[in-house]
Amino acid sequence: MREKAEELLAKKAVDLIIGFGEGSLPLRATPLFIRTPEEADQLIWNSFCDNNLATYLHKFNRFKIGIVVKGCDARSVTALALEKRFQPDQVVLIGVPCQRMVDRRKVKKAAKGEILRSREEGELIIIEGDGFKSSLKRDDFLYTSCKACLHRNPVQANILVGEPVQESGLAEAYPDAREFENMAPEERWRFFEKETRRCIRCYACREACPMCYCAECFVDSSIPKWIEKGLSPSDLQFYHVVRAYHQTGRCTACGACERACPMEIPLVYLTQKLNQEVSELFDFEAGADSKRLPPLSTYDVEDKQEFIK
Amino acid sequence: MKLNPARLSKKDLAPFLKGLAKDYDLYAPVRLTDGVSVLKKVEPSDEIDLGSNPQKGLKEVFFPQWEVMFQYEAVERRSRVASMEAVPRERVVLGARPCDIQAISILDDVFVGKEFTDTYYLQKRQKTTVIGLACHEPCSTCFCSSMGGGPFHREGSDLLLIDLGDAYLVEFLTEKGKAFRKNEFLKKATAKEMALAKEIEGQASKKTNASVPVGGIDKKLDQMLESPLWNRIHEKCIGCGACTLLCPTCHCFDIADEALDKGGRRVRNWDSCLFPLYSLETSGHNPRPSGRERTRQRLMHKFNYFPKNFKKIACVGCGRCILYCPVNFDIRHAIEMIQKEEGATAL
Repeated sequence: MREKAEELLAKKAVDLIIGFGEGSLPLRATPLFIRTPEEADQLIWNSFCDNNLATYLHKFNRFKIGIVVKGCDARSVTALALEKRFQPDQVVLIGVPCQRMVDRRKVKKAAKGEILRSREEGELIIIEGDGFKSSLKRDDFLYTSCKACLHRNPVQANILVGEPVQESGLAEAYPDAREFENMAPEERWRFFEKETRRCIRCYACREACPMCYCAECFVDSSIPKWIEKGLSPSDLQFYHVVRAYHQTGRCTACGACERACPMEIPLVYLTQKLNQEVSELFDFEAGADSKRLPPLSTYDVEDKQEFIK
Repeated sequence: MKLNPARLSKKDLAPFLKGLAKDYDLYAPVRLTDGVSVLKKVEPSDEIDLGSNPQKGLKEVFFPQWEVMFQYEAVERRSRVASMEAVPRERVVLGARPCDIQAISILDDVFVGKEFTDTYYLQKRQKTTVIGLACHEPCSTCFCSSMGGGPFHREGSDLLLIDLGDAYLVEFLTEKGKAFRKNEFLKKATAKEMALAKEIEGQASKKTNASVPVGGIDKKLDQMLESPLWNRIHEKCIGCGACTLLCPTCHCFDIADEALDKGGRRVRNWDSCLFPLYSLETSGHNPRPSGRERTRQRLMHKFNYFPKNFKKIACVGCGRCILYCPVNFDIRHAIEMIQKEEGATAL
């Protein structure tokens, strides 16, 4: 990856490369922005590169960008290109077949104390703190959305780094949505109500999502005012329903929204459910096809319409 | 007169709280789900979570994220207005950490100023007794010791609890705190327990990071408004408000009217300088048009403007912004980068 990045920067094929660098905390990588070939050796790749860097494309849309992507991130870039967020030749995808990302919060909760150092050794994560050291099996701590992923290879990549992986899920498709579906309707409501209640409206879910890029988000609009800015439960519920709903046919199931939430509110089950519906109704998966527009952005006489009664 | 510390057995914590509930509204950290706690109003029967510093801390007791200032309703062609600043009952906060308590002294400067007093804040402040909990196991992200505080910082607490294992040592620090000395659950502490508390304090103080270089940062920043540093430092920030909303010292708010058909209320909500809407003007012009200006504002306010106005830095080193940032923006690194920036020497 470093070689490819160095080469791209040296021949000025891109102005900037967005990748991952060493984080300041154990179990973390951090978005890294490099502009010279000399900086390329700061790039890293591990099981904690869980951000979807495509969200930065909006911020740097005046530049020619090289961007490090996993399968899901690459699909976000494709989906954004379909929505004409940048010129086709503006983005160079440096794709990495994804080993599935590790949920650092799950690891933290399994530790006997504060984790002060961590490293990966093959299929193990070694964590150390004051008076403890443990080896954990990587596969036991994956994000649920990663477990079910069938698009780990960034097939749209311009440059592929590493060997492609075999596409198979470690879990049934849409695991979070299924769990939710299995609840009784009242139980579902109670769950949604309870989980959204602790939202602090920091909008980390919105900002982390590459597909959330409206010039004015509906929560920020004052004319008309769709929603108040406080913590009334109905406003919180409204925000979360609309945020998810705006992703219909556009979400690539990267999980960035849920990973970003400082209050650990489950969010992925909502978009997963929408993805499932879109897949069943329209045989469509966001970002999988670089030509086909999302079903809710287009119209066809042959569209299914049984739902119109 | 200095009172000798007392002892509160952990077994007595529940009855202690139950007793207090007769005279006070209680506030304490509670767990909302695995990994997420907030300090909020509790019932004595609620399970208190004193294990870690909660995501939302003491700030909300005095300055709630969503607060009704007054409400109104239309009654027969007239309107009836009810102001909401009154605090009907005395309050006790149990288990706030020294960093959060130090942060309250920063909020006091803003809300209880020489010229202006915020009655909503002041009423809550006057009616509250703060029982702090010393940090016997500070985290690696804590840098309170660099910010003029420490895991056993006592200023601002009326009483301080020190975890001894099966009991707490209770120090009486203010007149308000001393009023608790006759509480039936506070027993005489032994010399051995007092010595143990000293030892725990010594160990904890060694653990917190005192090496974040904030000395002279306000002067340094005086020269840096147009520094090229800002072009890079904000890059990874995605512009959410997690750091500012969870920060114990950030205090910006937005006042709004929640109007309904025949009535409504005026509320104030926390706001964040990292949101584009924060500085958007009616004309459509935004003087802080990008992340560069907004991140600069966040850091300048803490380390330059606030020291100018109040002679102290508006950061207590609690580490929340580091822990909960979705992209690992580390304010300690930002401080180091500012201090290392060349061509920006103090006058």
